[in-house]
Amino acid sequence: MEKAAIVGIGQTKYERRKSGEIYYDLVYEVTTRAMEDAGYTLDDIGDVITVSNDFWDGRTISCMAVQEAAGAHDKNVSTVEGDGTLGALYGLMRVLGGSGTTLIVAHSKGSEGDPRVITNAMFDPVYHRSLGLDAVSSSALQASAYMSRYGVTEEQCALVSVKNHKNAKNNPFAQLPMDITVADVMKSRKIADPLKLLDCSPVSDGAAAIIIADEKHARKARKKPVWIKGAAHCADAYFLGDRNLAEAASLREAAKKAYAMAGIGNPAKEIDVAELYDAFGYMELMWLEGLGFCDPGGGAGMTESGKTAMGGPIPVNPSGGVLSAHAVLAAGLARIAEAVLQLRGEAGSRQVDGARTSLAHGINGPCGQSHCVWVLGKD
Amino acid sequence: MKNTELLTIRSGDTGMPYEWSIGKYGSRFFREIREHQRFLGIRCPGCGKVRVPPRRLCGPCFRELDELVELSDTGIITAFSVVNYPFIDPDTGLQRPIPYTYGYIRIDGSDNIFSHIINETDESRIKVGMKVRAVFRKPEEMEGNIRDIRYFEIIR
Repeated sequence: MEKAAIVGIGQTKYERRKSGEIYYDLVYEVTTRAMEDAGYTLDDIGDVITVSNDFWDGRTISCMAVQEAAGAHDKNVSTVEGDGTLGALYGLMRVLGGSGTTLIVAHSKGSEGDPRVITNAMFDPVYHRSLGLDAVSSSALQASAYMSRYGVTEEQCALVSVKNHKNAKNNPFAQLPMDITVADVMKSRKIADPLKLLDCSPVSDGAAAIIIADEKHARKARKKPVWIKGAAHCADAYFLGDRNLAEAASLREAAKKAYAMAGIGNPAKEIDVAELYDAFGYMELMWLEGLGFCDPGGGAGMTESGKTAMGGPIPVNPSGGVLSAHAVLAAGLARIAEAVLQLRGEAGSRQVDGARTSLAHGINGPCGQSHCVWVLGKD
Repeated sequence: MKNTELLTIRSGDTGMPYEWSIGKYGSRFFREIREHQRFLGIRCPGCGKVRVPPRRLCGPCFRELDELVELSDTGIITAFSVVNYPFIDPDTGLQRPIPYTYGYIRIDGSDNIFSHIINETDESRIKVGMKVRAVFRKPEEMEGNIRDIRYFEIIR
């Protein structure tokens, strides 16, 4: 792959309800932040990719309404309806295709719609919707499948929430910084067995943006570019019953491809920090395995031993992760933005010392139907 | 059920509810209607254009705007269509009586077009270029939404 870099990032603070601001305000805020961060003006932006979802926005062809706020007037603007990591993947393709620079911006205001109704509508109307399947109940099925396959306990899953909410205390953008214990998670309200309230991410309002540039344009950016070493995507079957829910097979494939691009042979040693899409505590354990940071079934042990904590060999979600702020669609782009901050040494009190290689990960579809893996490098 | 029948499934009448924020300038627009029964636009210091309803940015100039402009309650018809098929207002669930006339109206003092209803359904009595005036709800009945403007009437 020709060299390409991330040269600008922007995030809003993630909140439960941004009542005074409309979707357009969020997009404008992160667009201007990313351009300031890059030291670019609108003239330096080749094209624009927006990431939005019509059901979350309550607006048909929701992308067209943000075009102005994304600075895309008279520019080539197109859209990804999926996680922000996939918008970024498309953005990378545009840059490699010759656009020079691409701005990618993702937003969602989860507070404006009904997450149960919206995520129920992900499922097949003939066989699944009437059963009540939604993002939470389908994930409860996956948690159950995974936990029984590998003998993982609820307490082990709870460790992820404890770690990530604590990490969020160091992230000014996070919605839920909290000091909680495994006992707090265990006694929190049962949502859908085995998931309890504190195993689940919130639904947030927020936006994120990044700017990708080819080597020539990256050299003009204000800050040192963060180079894209590898990026890959893989999708599994739509019907849950056509997948082995206990394994993240598509993540393994995506990771394998991204590592091959990046020349990474031993991810557990070579990745210094990772930002993963932990929509639920158990997911982080599964994703650790899918990314090859440990053997299948080893995520719980890896977490118990502190390897993914701040100060461990691979801190996972120093930002607090998706458990601490979950603006749907923007959340994957936020993972990339955080992975960039780590390599720039700009992550403040959530900085992982000496990080040279970082990984960002996003999911799309129920129970991580598809995964997108990004490997970023300082050099 | 015949053994060759291909089935369908109906969604039922359940809706997908939303509570959209209107934002700073949209809220000011509806407050101005309630308090003064007139429209509010916003001027771009770059291109000088006044747009209604007011919004935070000028898209072509990509500039943040803050110069609100008080406009009147009158405008000019630039296009119209008498609509003959039924429409259920998604906000109220009520059907508007048909036919009704959809108007594309340049509010006096603005540079873009505002869309609303014109209370004339006889095509022979309506022409592009006619002057119209907004008819509002009674201030005490206003709700802070687009229905606070009942319709535009043609000034003959």
